[in-house]
Amino acid sequence: MTEASRHGLRFLDAGDGGLVVEFGREIDAGTNSAVMALAEQLAEANLDGILELIPTYRSLLVQFDPLRLTKSELATTVLSGWTSAKSTQRHASLWHIPVCYGGDHGMDLPFIAQTHGLDEAEVIARHAAATYRIYMIGFAPGFAYLGGLDPALHTSRRTDPRLKTPPRSISVGGMQTAVSPPLEIPSGWHMLGQTAVRTYDPARKSESFLFEPGDYLRFHAVTPQEYHRQLEAAETGDLVAEREDFRE
Amino acid sequence: MNSVLEVIEAGPLSTIQDRGRLGYQRFGISASGAMDTVAFRVANALVDNDDDAAAIEMTLAGVTLKISEGRCHLAYVGAPAAISVDGVAIEPCTSFIAEEGSTITIGAMRSGLRGYLAVEGGILSEPVLGSRATHTRSNIGGLDGGPLRAGQRIPVGSPADPVICRELDPKMLPSHLGAVRVVLGPQDDLFTPAGISTFLGSEYRLSTKVDRMGCQLEGDRIEHAGDFNIVSDGIVNGSIQVPGTGQPIVLLADRQTTGGYAKIATVIGPDLRKVAQARPGQPLRFEAVDAEAAERIARQQEWDIQAVFSAIRERADSALPIPPDRWWTIDLLGGVAKA
Repeated sequence: MTEASRHGLRFLDAGDGGLVVEFGREIDAGTNSAVMALAEQLAEANLDGILELIPTYRSLLVQFDPLRLTKSELATTVLSGWTSAKSTQRHASLWHIPVCYGGDHGMDLPFIAQTHGLDEAEVIARHAAATYRIYMIGFAPGFAYLGGLDPALHTSRRTDPRLKTPPRSISVGGMQTAVSPPLEIPSGWHMLGQTAVRTYDPARKSESFLFEPGDYLRFHAVTPQEYHRQLEAAETGDLVAEREDFRE
Repeated sequence: MNSVLEVIEAGPLSTIQDRGRLGYQRFGISASGAMDTVAFRVANALVDNDDDAAAIEMTLAGVTLKISEGRCHLAYVGAPAAISVDGVAIEPCTSFIAEEGSTITIGAMRSGLRGYLAVEGGILSEPVLGSRATHTRSNIGGLDGGPLRAGQRIPVGSPADPVICRELDPKMLPSHLGAVRVVLGPQDDLFTPAGISTFLGSEYRLSTKVDRMGCQLEGDRIEHAGDFNIVSDGIVNGSIQVPGTGQPIVLLADRQTTGGYAKIATVIGPDLRKVAQARPGQPLRFEAVDAEAAERIARQQEWDIQAVFSAIRERADSALPIPPDRWWTIDLLGGVAKA
């Protein structure tokens, strides 16, 4: 598909009902923005036969019904969608997420501090200073992969992943940080803190998922007392997180 | 009025499934849904349900259920197993009526791995994010997010009046044996030509690590061209990832939405049931087809399924649950079955 390569895209097969539109092979904000823009265009195009759009770091997986749509029809729509996607500006949200760092809520904070020769307060300050981009939501319901971690905090994953980690953890793995859903998921990442925010809650009918891939996020530290107060508020459906509009 | 099925014995792994939870994979929600969609759809068709009605998926051995309220019109399709109502045997691919108080038993599967019990009106558990499919890892769907357990009560639909029972010649069902067809990619370029030949040229056995999420296979080591890690991307039903061990893993209905291992190929939709019905220890062979051929096979399979639906016939003894000349067996065997 030379037409695709002229646009800087690669079309890859994922069986009879999957097309991967690849924008690059590395983690890069520009590449990820392109993925989100195409996903938005295709969602608006509302083509009959598209079942799911899964935007990830550097590619968009389009799942389609081969009984209703052929891959070549889909590829044509993708190319025309991409041409118009490049000229539109995305509207994203910036989320403010309260975190109770360290202690029982972030059991690996001492390890992270020690590894980088920082004191715990400095680790927290650096983690809470950055604006992060949600590159991808995946692996578990509402699990948000964030880019933009201070290089001073980059930490290799654990060699022995834990089978269960505390729900709503804020963790660090390699050059990324993440927000866990309210589930005890397995993870090889380092637990820095815990938030009362539920990134996913099927009981919250209209807002089961808080974040969209492509949104932005900032953390701020709260005391254990504040965390417990927020946890109670979240029980009754309060989002606890603050949201504002964000222009890229 | 709905009917209620009470779980007497849940079997090794029985879950409520429908066609899957679609539209939320971008938020990390696994699709889940029936593993053998052909058996699932035919079971629903036999009790006059739409394709998306929820049914019970059983693994290796079936359930024992008691109708604790109302009456039910049911059908079992999938891996062959003994089916009985109060001890009276039911032919496979034949829908049947069970009255309040009676006990339905699906036995151990003689071959294959998964079977489906559909109920007219469907299973009426509370949908989560638009689906009743159970995804045990994220604890959603079904009755409480988990597999069925003894003592649970399953709300189900009530049959139309009069009930029309149906049957199908089981020979009409497409086979789930034979080579598993795949489309190479999306990351086949991360394997050496020798690695691709190994994958397509040798036999792989299902290990004991087989569940609704995926199937770990064992066989000749597949050679990567370089790194086996990729920057995580999306996964479809049937994606075959090859981690550093060189042993392929076929990802299935309950798969995670994204993953970071190179994917050598994808099982085509029509052949997913071959993997879903394979047992641990069973050999599998892969055969490559190109993407256009895969789309043609998918369309052909749908025509075949429509032909199966057309072959479903109403039973002559439809209005009656059990022929009158066999009524005497109900009391006798029913008593034994309940003892």
